[in-house]
Formats: sequence, structure tokens, C-alpha cells
Amino acid sequence: MAVSALSSRLLLLGLNAARVTCAHLGRPGCVFSNARGVSSGRALRTEERVTVRFIDRDGKRISVNTITGVSLLNIVVDQNLDFEGFGACEGTLACSTCHLIFEEKIYNKLLNETTVADEEMDMLDLAYGLTDTSRLGCQVCVTKDLDGMVVRVPEAVSDARKTSDKDSAS
Amino acid sequence: MLEQSLYCVCIFSQAQDDVIVDVYERLPVPFGLVRFGVAPDHPEVKNVINTFTQTAQHERCFFHGNVNVGVDVTVKELKKAYHAVVLSYGAEANRCMGVPGEDLAGVFSARDFVGWYNGLPSNQKLNPDLNCETVVILGQGNVALDVARILLSPLDMLKKTDITQHALEALTASRVRRVLIVGRRGPLQIAGTIKEVREMINLPDTTADMLPADFKGISETLKGRNVAVQNQDAKAVPTGQMEDLECGMVISSIGYKSLPIDPCVPFEHRGAIIPNDMGRVLDTAGLYCSGWVKRGPTGVIATTMNDSFDTARVLLKDMKEGTLDLSVNKPGAQEITALLQERGNTHRNTQKKKNADCTLFSRKKNTLLTNSQKFKTF
Repeated sequence: MAVSALSSRLLLLGLNAARVTCAHLGRPGCVFSNARGVSSGRALRTEERVTVRFIDRDGKRISVNTITGVSLLNIVVDQNLDFEGFGACEGTLACSTCHLIFEEKIYNKLLNETTVADEEMDMLDLAYGLTDTSRLGCQVCVTKDLDGMVVRVPEAVSDARKTSDKDSAS
Repeated sequence: MLEQSLYCVCIFSQAQDDVIVDVYERLPVPFGLVRFGVAPDHPEVKNVINTFTQTAQHERCFFHGNVNVGVDVTVKELKKAYHAVVLSYGAEANRCMGVPGEDLAGVFSARDFVGWYNGLPSNQKLNPDLNCETVVILGQGNVALDVARILLSPLDMLKKTDITQHALEALTASRVRRVLIVGRRGPLQIAGTIKEVREMINLPDTTADMLPADFKGISETLKGRNVAVQNQDAKAVPTGQMEDLECGMVISSIGYKSLPIDPCVPFEHRGAIIPNDMGRVLDTAGLYCSGWVKRGPTGVIATTMNDSFDTARVLLKDMKEGTLDLSVNKPGAQEITALLQERGNTHRNTQKKKNADCTLFSRKKNTLLTNSQKFKTF
């Protein structure tokens, strides 16, 4: 199936790219591997597993089980979550397509650990549907205390399902 | 541009089992501005090519390069052969300044200059004369900033990029030391994005010189919320003051412009776009558009990507609701290929090899969709 093939490929490339990005920003605690299937078999002590709950653009809830230290972008790719256009630049801070919206308490928790780098802010500025609790998925790595968090995939642009009335953007 | 079509293809392949997509492109290589427009020192922006390649290698997607729609084959012929035609050919022309001297030697469009350092075949012989100290760039968008940055980047940085050899040689011999980026409005209205501005300000071995007068009153304005919304419509008003700037080259970077592709496709000359309603070309059944030719030539890759998704969804909706007549079988690429061969066109078709070299692909010009039987172009 084309989508899976696409996602698998992104995983391979995303991992390499994401490692470069995280190294560049000196973000602690992010562990990346060059091997495929980073979330499916290596060093799996129970306390390293966390659950992340995504809400996609249709409001559908998707719960994934993953390990700590992986970025949210890599989780999306690794788990073949079908979010259109997600992660176009493969985690190199050159786009805003991995934009995710966090719960306020989680957002603040992340902020307490590390300030958001200018490079991430610059790209977030271009994201659609930007909120006060938005972050780029490629820059946020899951830790144990984020277990169970809910992240929302924001709307892209105008919903093409709307009829062409006054309210829809053209 | 290829990326627009390929995002459309992505949507289609997921939604329908029997949709075949043929992509027609004027150049022999694909990907459009992602290949020829992104600055060589921004390779990460080009990562999206991996996504495109994957999509292009889908079993129901076929690529046809070296086909100039409007010349080698008409849109009318394409509409006859396919259930739907999606035009995403971008904006190949430049907006003109409309001022005296625009055609003088030493005045270039940013598009040509970028094409020159990025290896676009038609710009290979541009030969810009960099034997001058000052270059003036008109416009303050990301393209203007890219040009300025390439002109002033330390050579050690440029050598690590995939900038063309002839451009690297020219820049090595360049005497350009000062680049003026000139715009009509103020700092709050520049079209460039923060990342590129920051990069320019921090460029090694250069200093950024900004006129303090330009920033008068800015800090007060910034204290309010919704600054961007308030200020983007601010219009430039002539002050009557004139200034002569001595320079050896002028690069005009005031925007791209789409051109009409075919007499049977409506075109709105004022905005230089195809008139459409959410991607459906007005007054023409079976014709759609996406990307710059639909909305105008602005925005980053993500903008165009989402726009293409929108067009694709609209098309799928029309297919589902019967707005698009799918009852008749259409021959698709079979008919077009035959026409092209009759006319002696040497178009290239991709082969679905496992390790297909994406540099063999062609830049994208149009996308076409068909519900016909699968046609392999090997």
C-alpha cells in the first residue's frame, strides 16, 4: 500500500535527519538510532515505554505505545500514522508540517525543561492554525513524565468539504 | 510544479483503487522549484523530494517528461483523453517593474539569477557580470534574501553546497561586496520570513546595515497584538524624495507570474491566475488547478502542499458525487503518447525500477488524471 511504503521510507530518512537536528540544538535526552524499527525492539525495559494519544484532523483518537527519547515526528512515521503531508522536511527545521497542539500543562512542562529554540519558533510562525500551545513534533521527544499526553494534529487549510459560501476561504 | 501534482497524487492513491495519474512535465527532470528554486545552501528544504519520489513511484502514477502542454499537445486533447485534468504548472514568468531601463544589460530577474546558480538549463548562459562592488536587489521576499545570501556567502560555505560549478567560479572571481535589498514598504511588511532574515543578519564575514529611520515607531507598534494583520495591507505612498544608488547590477525580485497555457483554459490576466472555485476551473468541466497558478505565486512548500491536497479532495468529491462523468472510458496516456509520437516529440517516460534515479525525472508542468485502464509506459 502506497501510504505504508511512503511512511516507512520517511522513517528511515526521518531518523537520520532528526538525529542531525537534535544534535544541532543540543537537546538532551533524545536518543536516535540509525536502524529501522527503533520503537520495535531495542532496549525495552518496562519503565521506558510510554503512551501518546493523537487526535487527527478528523477528530479520530489514535493511541500509540512507544519508548522514551523518540521525537513525536518519528513516532508518527514509525507507527505509520496517516497524517497528510506530515514531516515534509524530515525533521530538519525547514518546514512546519509536523506542527502539533499540546495540552496546556504539557506545553508548560516542556517549556520548563528547555526553552523553544529560535529556529523552531521561526518555522512555527509559518504554521497553519498556530496556537499558544503549539510545537513542532520533530523537536519534542517523549519522556516518562509525558506518558499519556494528548496531542492534536491541527487543521491544514480551509476544509474543502465546505460548500463555497461566504465563510470558506478560497 | 511537480510537488503540487505529487501531493494530489498522494491523495488519489489513498482514496481510490482504480485512479491512474499521468504527470506531464515540460522539462526532462521533475520537481520544479524544489529542484531549481530552493537555494543550494538550504538542502534540508529539498528533503521533501524523498516524499515526492515515493509518490511518483506509485504503481498507478506515471511520469512523462519533455512534454510541453500547449505546444506539443493541447489541453483540449488532454481533456478528450482523460476524465479530469489538473493544471499545476506554477508561475514561470516574472512580474515586471514597468520602469525605464528594465531591459538594460546588467538588469536580471531574480528567477533567472536563481536558475543560473541552480542549474536550470535555460539560464546556463546567463553570465551575470559580478565585476562590480554593489548589487541592488529590488524586493524583500525570501527569493531576494536568497540571492543576497548567495552573493555574499563565504566561498567555503558555498563549496559545500550543490551550487553549479559555473556559478561557483563566477562567485569566486566576484568583486561584489555590497548588496542593497530595496523595498517599497517598511520592516513589518517585508515578504521574507524570519528564518531567512535571521540567516542574512548572521551571515559570517558580513555586517547587516539597516537604516534606523526605517524602524521609527516599530517598537510601539509591536507592543499591540495582531501586528501582522494590521500591517500587511499598509500601502506604500510616494514621498517625492529621490536617491541615486550607484551599482553594477540590478536584480528584480518582485514576484513571479503565471502565464496562460492554452486558449481553451480561462485566464485572469490581472491576478495572473486561472479563475477557479476551490480548484475547479470556472466554466470548464473536468478541469482543475492547484498551487501557484490557482492562488498566486506566494507561500512556502507547506502552503502549496496543503493547497494541492485541497484540490485533490475537491476532485475526489466530484468523482464521488457524479459531478465528474466517469461513465465513459477514456484512453489516457495511450492516446497522448500516440499523438506525441506522430508529432515527433521525444518525450521520456519513467520506468518503475527499484533504484530509479530521481535526477532522470523531469520538472513538473501539469498533472493529468484518468480513470482509464492501466497503461504502462515502458
